Amino acid sequence: MKRKTKRLYNNPNGCLLSVENLEKTFCLHLLKGIRVEAVQSLSFQLQQGEFGVLVGPSGAGKTTVLKCIYRTYLPTGGTIRYQCSDNSIVDLATCSEQMVLEIRKTEIAHVTQFLRCAPRVPAEEVVAYPRMTQGISQKEAVEEARELLQRFAIPEKLWQAYPITFSGGEQQRINLARAIVQRPRLLLLDEPTASLDGRAIERFLAALESIRKKGTTCLGIFHNQDMVRSLATQVIEVRPLNGVYIDRAEITHFRQVS
Amino acid sequence: MLNSQSPLLHVRSLSKQYGPSCSSCARLTGPEQGTNICPECGGVVACWEVSFNLFPGEVLGIVGESGSGKSTILRCLNLDEPPTTGEAFHSGVEKGKTNLFTLSSQRKRLIQSSLLGIVYQSPHLGLNLDFSAGANVAERLLIQNNTPEYRRIRKRTSSLLNKVQMPVKRIDELSGAFSGGMQQRVQLAKALAPRPMLLLLDEPTSGLDVSVQASVLDLIASLQRKTGVSMLVVSHDLGVIRLLTHRTLVMKMGRVVERGLTDQILEDPQHPYTQELVASVL
Repeated sequence: MKRKTKRLYNNPNGCLLSVENLEKTFCLHLLKGIRVEAVQSLSFQLQQGEFGVLVGPSGAGKTTVLKCIYRTYLPTGGTIRYQCSDNSIVDLATCSEQMVLEIRKTEIAHVTQFLRCAPRVPAEEVVAYPRMTQGISQKEAVEEARELLQRFAIPEKLWQAYPITFSGGEQQRINLARAIVQRPRLLLLDEPTASLDGRAIERFLAALESIRKKGTTCLGIFHNQDMVRSLATQVIEVRPLNGVYIDRAEITHFRQVS
Repeated sequence: MLNSQSPLLHVRSLSKQYGPSCSSCARLTGPEQGTNICPECGGVVACWEVSFNLFPGEVLGIVGESGSGKSTILRCLNLDEPPTTGEAFHSGVEKGKTNLFTLSSQRKRLIQSSLLGIVYQSPHLGLNLDFSAGANVAERLLIQNNTPEYRRIRKRTSSLLNKVQMPVKRIDELSGAFSGGMQQRVQLAKALAPRPMLLLLDEPTSGLDVSVQASVLDLIASLQRKTGVSMLVVSHDLGVIRLLTHRTLVMKMGRVVERGLTDQILEDPQHPYTQELVASVL
């Protein structure tokens, strides 16, 4: 335990993720180069084990923040300092693509709003694949995948089917299973429960709780107020000002991490 | 830092010009000029100062319209033809210290047949269509073996054809008699024969109809997942790029106009040309 505390010293305030003055502006060349300011000077920090929730109206730039952290979007300003498992600090806004690929493999997982996966690959392989890239044998990875599919109540006869043929809720469960299976240190969640029914949400929350107990830090977008209250250790408000999408973020501390 | 690896392939300032060349070629061609034919001397600048690294286990895509120089890069890297200028280093050749383009043609041929595998868009470039499927694949194995033993080669050829989902009983049929999809599979078996560290794919599925294209792509993707071979994939099809690659270079008029993670290129393209490309497809 002692070593763990020491680990946290490298980032300001010893946090896992420190976003400072994040800025993302899109330049649409096809529309005469108009500029869309999606995120402006957003700053927040996440300690290890925290659950950060981004809130704000649609179009405020919440998804953009997650995509910038995952580097699906290239930030146009600011820093995203992330502390890796080996203590090194990486600025996800500017580090090499090679580094991002490595970090995606072992450190950060992203649950996107909609499942996007290779076509004609069976569900169990879609879920097993991230573990295989971590060097686990195919057999073991598929076993782990099946366990998760079971936990998420995906009927066994669908395990060999292609996720593209699944219902919206089932697809989202595959999406979650694929992210959770790699045991990320940081999990980015973009409205993961939007297409789930009550029971599926319960199962998802239970799965989330079990990986959080193992130390996974979460940053997510949730619209359900009850869920925000029960999950969040920190609420990060992202709001549009004067028609410009975002100007600043207000950070409210909800509850301390125990 | 997390494991920082050294690249498998390091390409530096690769340029290839066809026909005459003059000192203005570079200045008067490219995406800004809207041409890759030099107005001064009439020479063609197929690609200009292309540099990149390819890491072990990585799949790098090169995307761009016809004539943007994608295939030229691949032909140069397969040592089919020399570049006008530029260097390439392969970590499997003298620990990556020697420029491949300066080697003797004999060494090049050896590297071609032992460290590289290529699949061309058109099967007649990669296969001798007057030879059987087995002979095409076995040719690669024979170059490597100094004391070839018929039965061993035959066995390995069969297992390679099996790996690319070709019916092994057709091993002795002429390659020219196969369908397009099957010819691509034979090419793939031939490319995989020496267990190469690097696979070069030049529009591997372009001429195929949709369902066959899908099954060949599945095969390539699953071989990559299982063997971890590095690949350089040239395609004009963003779907192929999305499915197979980790990182992508975007080319226009012989220049690399943008490079990045494949999902970033597709979701947050920066260059006007890439934005146009992505907007036209998705």
